[in-house]
Amino acid sequence: MKNCYLGIDIGSISTKAVIIDDENKIILSTYIWTEGNPISSTKNLIKKIKGKLPNQYIIKGIGTTGSARKLIGLMLDANVIKNEITAHAIGTLSIYPDTKTILEIGGQDSKIIIINNEVITDYSMNTLCAAGTGAFLSSQAERLKINIEDFGKYAISSNNPVKIAARCTVFAESDLIHKAQMGYNKEDIIAGLCKSIVLNYLNNLSKGKKIEQRIVFQGGVSKNIGVIKYFNEILKTQVTVDENSHLMGALGIAILAKQNKTNKIYNLDLLNVKFETKGFECNKCSNNCEIIKIYKENKLIDAWGSRCGRTFNDENNVKS
Amino acid sequence: MGNYYIPAKYLLSHILDVNILDPVKITSKTIEIGTKYSPEFVCTPFKYTLGTLIENIEKKSNILIQAGGGCKYGYYAELQEKIIKDLGYDVIFINLVSQGKTDFKKIYHEFKKIDKNFNIWSSLYYLFITTKMIRYMDKIDNYIRHNIGFEIDKNDFKNTNQEMLNAFLKTKGFFDLFKIYKKYNKKIKKIKVNKPKECLKVGIIGELYTIMEPFSNYFLETELASMNIEITRFTNVHYLLFEKKYKIKKEMKRIKKYIKYKMGADAADNIAHTKYLCDQKIDGIIHIKASFCTPEIGAMPIINKIAKEHDIPVLFFTFDANTSEVGIKTRLEAFHDMIERRKKNEKLLSRN
Repeated sequence: MKNCYLGIDIGSISTKAVIIDDENKIILSTYIWTEGNPISSTKNLIKKIKGKLPNQYIIKGIGTTGSARKLIGLMLDANVIKNEITAHAIGTLSIYPDTKTILEIGGQDSKIIIINNEVITDYSMNTLCAAGTGAFLSSQAERLKINIEDFGKYAISSNNPVKIAARCTVFAESDLIHKAQMGYNKEDIIAGLCKSIVLNYLNNLSKGKKIEQRIVFQGGVSKNIGVIKYFNEILKTQVTVDENSHLMGALGIAILAKQNKTNKIYNLDLLNVKFETKGFECNKCSNNCEIIKIYKENKLIDAWGSRCGRTFNDENNVKS
Repeated sequence: MGNYYIPAKYLLSHILDVNILDPVKITSKTIEIGTKYSPEFVCTPFKYTLGTLIENIEKKSNILIQAGGGCKYGYYAELQEKIIKDLGYDVIFINLVSQGKTDFKKIYHEFKKIDKNFNIWSSLYYLFITTKMIRYMDKIDNYIRHNIGFEIDKNDFKNTNQEMLNAFLKTKGFFDLFKIYKKYNKKIKKIKVNKPKECLKVGIIGELYTIMEPFSNYFLETELASMNIEITRFTNVHYLLFEKKYKIKKEMKRIKKYIKYKMGADAADNIAHTKYLCDQKIDGIIHIKASFCTPEIGAMPIINKIAKEHDIPVLFFTFDANTSEVGIKTRLEAFHDMIERRKKNEKLLSRN
């Protein structure tokens, strides 16, 4: 029997899973759309993995990352639950140890990670809004009635990208509509969009940060060849895009799960286990915390969100 | 704002013959009300304070006192008074700062209107006690902030501090206040902590309201303490009211390489504190501000530059009415991971 480790990255748009062996080699990977429901998408993901995993492997560790890491971590009883910044850095360094800069654009957030001697020395993440992220691109693709997968192809066929306000999604969208009404063709508008994503990213995140080689570009948007093109053009250098660039977070968390392994063996038998969450506002004091209660087979297993450390039981009543 | 309602209540209850109500604690409802009646692009403290004022009116307060100063905050009282009057509430509104300036004569007359027996000399006496009280509070707070991440019995610091504040409220005079302070100072210093020599240290700087009202910064300090981090913070009421004035000259000298003029509110102070923290070789700096806080927006690039020069990581937070807590936790967790790894790495390098 061989050991293997599962890493799951539950993002806003897609859920990714990677299984690695003791040498950090990816045995299998898969990804599906989250569709706003991390619990059911994780279940589907596990179903897919279970069918594909060769028999000689046993899962010795599970790690979760991404915005739903805590919920899914609890559901799978993960041994590591870590933020996506650390996970991304570790994943990328395992493939490119000489990485100095990681550019990451995901579904709802984007980040830049600066690495020196294989240690994160600085990072920044987008702040209030999701401007310049995958969510914006996919909504624009919808508006222009083209497949998000074809976005990059359209973009690189244009030599004359339209200028689009890069600062804010709302302004970008009105620019986009105006330019379309003025008669610019689709390719130029899409190229302009890709360029505006890059400009927005660099304006927002890389302020005062040195972007040095090797630069690795990852996250869902790194699959877009248009965006890659404009990164190369604007940074005047070549960015590295791995074929598994969308899986780096999952890979990183799988490595962390390996490093923190216990003797526990996971069997992934949760397909028929019912998980439910209920949100409510606790009115016991003026804090009015929003509490999320997680039920497994109708039994309460955890509750989050209380600021005062109260524990909750099955009813809405407070225990202590 | 934080626990500062205690000295305020103490002062007012001694100088005015009125019934002082405890302010309603800030909750998510406060900010909801505040946002509803505020101009959209005003900074978040305006929304919090307006929400608090309205909530207090609903709790049957009929006299409101609003302070202010520094930046555009100095003009907030007038605007809030107008909003509240437009909403149809019939209350007496006292602005400690009007048109950006403090007019003692006007305040005196307004107090006189509320209470005929208002006496300026006894008020001054209580004002002095109150400032001393704030001084003691902030001193104790600073000590707690350095150690709360390492307490052995949870909530020890919090409970003792609360006990002290309650005792402060019943202070009879200068000497009594001093005695209470001594007693609790001893008590707090005796609380057992398990603090390693080389713990992680983080400095917090930024916009004053967001820094001092824990609700508006999503209990950032509590979160940091739970990660066993020592916290340094300069901004507190005592600093703003008394120290700032005579310290700023020295601070401007320290940062004359970076800025020539003061930039309004606490921007220059924060830049000077950044420099100080960097010189102290702190592990990380967290800068927090409310959305649309103009002085701090101006300070940020300079803070960034200083930190870059000294190779100290800075984390910038902008808080608004609706920032989700999850996003903040992710960033904080990553920040913690990063400074921890940096520190380990530094140690390894210095050993080789």
